[in-house]
Amino acid sequence: MIGLIDYNMGNLRSVTNAFEKLGTRIEIVKDASHVEGYDKIILPGVGAFKDAMACLKEREMDEAVKAFAATKKPLLGICLGMQLLFEASTEFGKTQGLGLIEGEVVKFDTTRFSQHLKVPHMGWNELEVVRDTPLFKGMAPRFYLYFVHSFHVQCDEKYQIGKTTYGYTFASAVQKENIYGFQPHPEKSHENGLAILKNFVEL
Amino acid sequence: MDYFAKRIIPCLDVKNGRVVKGVNFVGLKDAGDPVEIAKRYNEEGADEIAFLDITASHEGRGTIVEIVEKVAREVFIPLTVGGGIRTLEDIYRLLNVGCDKVSINSPAIANPHFIDESSKRFGSQCIVVAIDVKRTNDRWNVFINGGRIDTGIDAINWAKEAADRGAGEILLTSMDCDGAKNGYDLSITSQISSLLDIPVIASGGAGTMEHIKDAFTSGADAALAASIFHFKEIEIMALKHYLKRQGIAVRL
Repeated sequence: MIGLIDYNMGNLRSVTNAFEKLGTRIEIVKDASHVEGYDKIILPGVGAFKDAMACLKEREMDEAVKAFAATKKPLLGICLGMQLLFEASTEFGKTQGLGLIEGEVVKFDTTRFSQHLKVPHMGWNELEVVRDTPLFKGMAPRFYLYFVHSFHVQCDEKYQIGKTTYGYTFASAVQKENIYGFQPHPEKSHENGLAILKNFVEL
Repeated sequence: MDYFAKRIIPCLDVKNGRVVKGVNFVGLKDAGDPVEIAKRYNEEGADEIAFLDITASHEGRGTIVEIVEKVAREVFIPLTVGGGIRTLEDIYRLLNVGCDKVSINSPAIANPHFIDESSKRFGSQCIVVAIDVKRTNDRWNVFINGGRIDTGIDAINWAKEAADRGAGEILLTSMDCDGAKNGYDLSITSQISSLLDIPVIASGGAGTMEHIKDAFTSGADAALAASIFHFKEIEIMALKHYLKRQGIAVRL
């Protein structure tokens, strides 16, 4: 059974709808003590990093997610949920993250942009596969997904499995062993997104 | 090489649970079931789908929530709902059933603070401010209540204020052009797109593929249209292939 972490940040309906479409059961997890009982968990999220960490801590979900990751069972972070996997974010000062993957979350540096582009990065952009992983099974070398974000992850190349260019190239998908993160929203990315979620189900 | 795609957004004007389409905001024709039409657009390659609820009666308002709930179970692309959204509770109800963004029009003019409140509560990414404009000489005024009332407010100033207050996107509709199929109002689209750091959706006037290309080359990030897609005058995938040949990045 897949568990979807509910920490009061954003709506979970799109994610549950996507898994229902795939014919897979998914449960919303509100109680931190239940996290360890799932085979896989998803950490979703829309909003601000600092608020999200505060909500996770308030529900003791931060420790529960870290303990789950240590069991080596698959964990998928989506959008803000991906960013939370890292050590810290520079959004509103510096906020500590879960620290499951080494790296930082920074705002798009528009001074580095090769052309004038708007922030947030909102819309369909290509993810280029940089490392093969089970989540990309059956996927093209590059494909469109839906993004909505103003911050992105900066981490060692060894964790990057997908990259995207918006003004400059950034890590749009990461993996460290059993821990996966996607900056775009697979649950809002039509068939490509559903294919990634299906691959996650089949891990 | 940049692959960031310009977005094609079919819009469904929904009245009492049915899709309708009028010309210059009046004279409505029935154009079908919103759930079926949304599914069709999704299969044809739409990048997002917008629903504009033009139901007049308060009692009919709940139907848009049910429609979006059904669509969100089948359609995995962003969904935007506009029309009749006045309170944080209205937004919450929609987001909770799988809607991704809401567009706010007249209530934002009546109470600009609503933009601040809603974007703080739900995030700028889901707050679209819809602006209906009409040109008088070299100036565009903001109209409200479905185009019936001239607020006298300058559209460019209002767009700037909406962005400063936390809007994540501007949906800019030219009422002069809407339904006429002679092209978008490129002048105001270009002025507002270049002024703001948030995306601008051009709306009102699409009649040909070239009109949509022109909106993008004028700076729009997305193009919204209704009747040309409803009545299959333009097929979305054919449009995207055309745009690609014109050097515009699209999701294919």
